Amino acid sequence: MNAKTLPLIATLVIFIAAFAICTLQYPTMLSTRVIGNLLTDNAFLGIAAVGMTFVILSGGIDLSIGSVIAFTSVFLAVMLEGTSIHPLLAFVLALAITTAFGALMGAIIHFLEMPPFIVTLAGMFLARGMAFVLSIDSIPIRHPFYATLKSAYWVMPGGGRLTLIGGAMLLVFLAGIIIAQRTRFGTNVYALGGGAHTAALMGVPVGRTTIGIYALSGFVAGLSGIAYSLYTSAGYSLATVGVELDAIAAVVIGGTLLTGGAGFVGGTLIGVLIQGLIQTYITFDGTLSSWWTKILIGGLLFAFILLQKGILSLSSGRRRLTMKGA
Amino acid sequence: MSGAKALGRRLLPQCVALAAILILIWFNFPGFFAIEMQNGRLYGSLIDVMNRGAPVALLAVGMTLVIATRGIDLSVGAVMAICGAVAAASSVRGDPLAVTLVMSLGIGLLCGLWNGVLVAILNIQPIVATLVLMVAGRGIAQLITEGAILTFNDPGLIFIGSGSLFGLPMPVVLWLVFGIAVALIIRRTALGLLIEATGVNRRAATLSGIQAPAFLIMAYVLSGLCAALAGLIVTADIRGADANNAGLWLELDAILAVVVGGNSLLGGRFSIIASLIGAMIIQAVNTGILLSGFPPEFNLIIKAAIIVLILLIQSPRLSHLAAFVRPAGPAAPAQGKSVAGGASAGDARDIKKLERTAS
Repeated sequence: MNAKTLPLIATLVIFIAAFAICTLQYPTMLSTRVIGNLLTDNAFLGIAAVGMTFVILSGGIDLSIGSVIAFTSVFLAVMLEGTSIHPLLAFVLALAITTAFGALMGAIIHFLEMPPFIVTLAGMFLARGMAFVLSIDSIPIRHPFYATLKSAYWVMPGGGRLTLIGGAMLLVFLAGIIIAQRTRFGTNVYALGGGAHTAALMGVPVGRTTIGIYALSGFVAGLSGIAYSLYTSAGYSLATVGVELDAIAAVVIGGTLLTGGAGFVGGTLIGVLIQGLIQTYITFDGTLSSWWTKILIGGLLFAFILLQKGILSLSSGRRRLTMKGA
Repeated sequence: MSGAKALGRRLLPQCVALAAILILIWFNFPGFFAIEMQNGRLYGSLIDVMNRGAPVALLAVGMTLVIATRGIDLSVGAVMAICGAVAAASSVRGDPLAVTLVMSLGIGLLCGLWNGVLVAILNIQPIVATLVLMVAGRGIAQLITEGAILTFNDPGLIFIGSGSLFGLPMPVVLWLVFGIAVALIIRRTALGLLIEATGVNRRAATLSGIQAPAFLIMAYVLSGLCAALAGLIVTADIRGADANNAGLWLELDAILAVVVGGNSLLGGRFSIIASLIGAMIIQAVNTGILLSGFPPEFNLIIKAAIIVLILLIQSPRLSHLAAFVRPAGPAAPAQGKSVAGGASAGDARDIKKLERTAS
């Protein structure tokens, strides 16, 4: 166990401990039904958080994903209710738009040397605005293909349902882990997060990687939008406000350093599940008010930041010691 | 002498942008500049812009200082909600107005202190440090109001939101007086210079004897105080504390106001007055879109377009290009800049580069 994996292990331990405490209090929580719902209810957040993990690993931030999810859901609803194209074609179109949108933001960040915070803030306004222009109403999606997709689920032993979007989230996480750990692009992302200047000196194509990261985030946000429209069977331009903050919180709780360069995509999944678990617990309890969710997530966030700080200072202290010893 | 001149040159782009937007609105809406006196208070669209822009303008004052230290404060919207909830709860309990105000402002200071300690003492990245309070703060505000919208009838508290002083609405008086007072205090003393030094290069500032943590904490505490004032205005305006919606996303507008005011997110040189003008630009755009009869759906797109335009103008890469295009004759502007105060954002980057290559 080294300093690199310690935050991940800490997150995992906290998740298991929290689940154990919940189960002790409400034994019914340990069922595949609850786990299936946990995956389904947090699918769109989890998918989007994968893209956010890459962005944060590279030392950037993407504030636009909540708006992009809303835009995608409205776009799909308008396309499916207004025209007769097949949903799969609409999915491809939506993904193409969101990927291009992300790539454009990446290009602005790289070529105009503007801070990601402000560029993606403008992107957030733009995507939300585009959603408003498409429609300000909540449009239900009644396409039969949606019903088919929604009824596609795998019944786990114990009666829980692993829905299509829940499974899709797990697949996206798997793909994210492979891209981060096993491809050149993933290595470049980590290098960029360690320091753009150093990365450039090492021969990392900074421009291509930056654009790729934000394009990936846009693509994943589009996927998340598709999952959200399947989840709600509707498109609404005021939906998923503030999802980017939940995603950032999930990434941080998952043990990724916000300065970039260190962390794991898999940790983000646990970060998402911890947030979902808090909500599930509050639902089970029934007497706690919904605002405790926010306070607890804020508290967890704080605890994890402190934990990371402690680990960082410990490991740097040890390095200094070993250097002195040598 | 050159001080006023330098300030004028610094504020020129923002003033031109504001004037252009106001004139554009005036073309579409001829009665825009009409101001009349009724019952000892000024009325008119222009006054309305200043009145509605008050919360963002107040937030922008604190945000400017935080950004000048190379930080960011995401929590101001949530702090507004907390302070509004505290004020309403205190008023409902029947506390005298002074106690209500002191408690609300005190909580704002405490929130700022919390952020400042996280950033300055625990060395947590500002964006994460303030994210904690941003996420938890709205929950805390709901805890105080117990999920309901607390309404109150204290005429003193309501006066802050809808009263008037010297013919101007109270919120306008508040942000004008507060903004100018802070700007004067910061600029007439060494505070501004020391904050800039901390933002440009914290290590260098510490090495040259500046108590960087103290200035960082001060910036966040001031930001908390600004948020408390803005929260009081918003709460008093609707005569109730809405923990869910008070100050929602205003932190983004405040950051935008600071950036539109020409302040670099990379810290260093700052101008509070420019940020205040930036806040007015944002409010003028919002009001203008409403008045001009555009469908409100386009509001956000136009806003995004204007941000991109202003950012393009300020982009370091483009200004490098412009420097090539500009005739090389009078090299005075560059000198004038460095005299005007501290190092520019470009200098900050150069210093950082040097530092990197050195280490």
